[in-house]
Amino acid sequence: MGITFRQETFRDDFSFANSPEHIRRFPFPFHEDSYMYAVNIEPHVAGPKGSVLEHPIDVDEHYVSEMQDRALVLAEDPLRCQSLPHMTLAGWDLLELLMTAKAESYPEHFSLTRDGDRWHWVNRPLGIDDRFTFGDVATLPYGPMEYITRQSQGDFCLLDQRDGNLWMDAGIVTTQADWSLDFDIGMNFFEWHAPVPLAHEKGIFTRALKFLLNVQQGRPARRLNWTMTINPRLDTSPENYHKWGPDRTTVTPENVGHKVHLRVELQSFWRLPRSNGLVFPIRCYLISMDELVTSRKWARRLHRVIRDLPDEIAAYKGLTRYRATLIEWLSAHDDGAPTSPGFGPD
Amino acid sequence: MPPQSIISRPVYGMLSPQPGREHLFVADAQGAEAILDMAAAAPDGFFAGAQIVYIPRDADPSLAERLKALSPAMFYEGPSVAAAMPRLRQTLATARMGLRVYLAGTEGLIGQAMQAALEAGIDHSSIQTEHRGSLARRVQCVHCKGITEDVTTQPVTCAHCGLLLFVRDHYSRRIAAFQGVCINAEDPSEIPPAEEAFR
Repeated sequence: MGITFRQETFRDDFSFANSPEHIRRFPFPFHEDSYMYAVNIEPHVAGPKGSVLEHPIDVDEHYVSEMQDRALVLAEDPLRCQSLPHMTLAGWDLLELLMTAKAESYPEHFSLTRDGDRWHWVNRPLGIDDRFTFGDVATLPYGPMEYITRQSQGDFCLLDQRDGNLWMDAGIVTTQADWSLDFDIGMNFFEWHAPVPLAHEKGIFTRALKFLLNVQQGRPARRLNWTMTINPRLDTSPENYHKWGPDRTTVTPENVGHKVHLRVELQSFWRLPRSNGLVFPIRCYLISMDELVTSRKWARRLHRVIRDLPDEIAAYKGLTRYRATLIEWLSAHDDGAPTSPGFGPD
Repeated sequence: MPPQSIISRPVYGMLSPQPGREHLFVADAQGAEAILDMAAAAPDGFFAGAQIVYIPRDADPSLAERLKALSPAMFYEGPSVAAAMPRLRQTLATARMGLRVYLAGTEGLIGQAMQAALEAGIDHSSIQTEHRGSLARRVQCVHCKGITEDVTTQPVTCAHCGLLLFVRDHYSRRIAAFQGVCINAEDPSEIPPAEEAFR
């Protein structure tokens, strides 16, 4: 019973890998053989057993090692976790959401006992057993957002809703695909998305904001986003770009299979009950090309998507330098056969 | 006017006299001309309730004299934006409800004064701004977080950590700066020449 947590690294020797079961459950983001931005938001309802959508908040075999990597990032750069003063209540909302979801979905690993405001939280994989008073910051070793997100995979953006907009007023961001919380904190929805090419002109953000402003409590939504990362590195922050950027020059036809990773973000959107804020968990899943092509369908499809991607999008996602090498490698896994509809690996 | 840009980039307007008894002007260099142009349209006695904080930088000295000739209730001339900030914060912190704020001059001046006003609880939409003079940018290095002032070239060397930075149009009101990201992070041997871009 329960998850077997891997001991692995996302830096230095990069020992991260997916088990065969986790390859099969990878949230492959392409439902057809091409890609363009779209408002691909759908209700966050339970998916098939064993999939990353089985539970509202997914915990997987990488949990313990990802939390160790987060602690390393925060020790190096405390600015990755920030909360403007009016966001503490939303932090408590988030703590409640994550604790109740984890305890309900994974009772063998997490338990939460509540007696009024007196809460008892046990996180067995991380060896945490804490009693605290809900709403009293002094009874936790960190603020509520930081406390619970040091125990939760993925980045978290806490948004305030006012003036018909959403404001990025708190967050913890250590596994991001190249955006800076420290720079973007305090911005509204349009401002923090300002650098994304093409999507503004297509009206994507106007429609997405309208949807998000109306997310109801108990009815979360989700979407997938993707990029690619060289080496299974979680911390691809702009802060450290000068440290990880050179990785992009190291891709050769011989090492594509284990160096190039598809990086998928499962973004979900939740209304918070006390603060009326929203939380966006941005959960990152990595899969190496060697692992991905164990599905013939995924191999064919990814080849076609990367080959036909508009240049602006390829540049924004940072693929330009190794794209040709990657396409050449993937082409050997694409026999031109048709692919079945849908995301699954067949 | 700066060219059309991305959404996080601030949009500046033109100063116009607002109703109210108390007015705070903060300007640098050619920003003085925006105040003088506005003064021509202001009702009699308008400047009796006005404070002017002015940083001449390398502007024509006669501009400061012409501002003084408006007979504001208070006139301060400072040697740099940094030197003027403590008293500006004090003025904003003790301001009475209904104070009107007018910012004119370089983007760096407008951004920093705006930041101080926001921290004092004044809503950014109630602040008037007018860009005049240099397009030089204040740039925050995303890597070391140091701010380089008066950036006119693309790329620019970070004054703090020395990385060669691409200056993005992405702008943070909270930091009052554009974002600088290492331009040759992937291959440090690539050194694109710096060209004048923000004059």
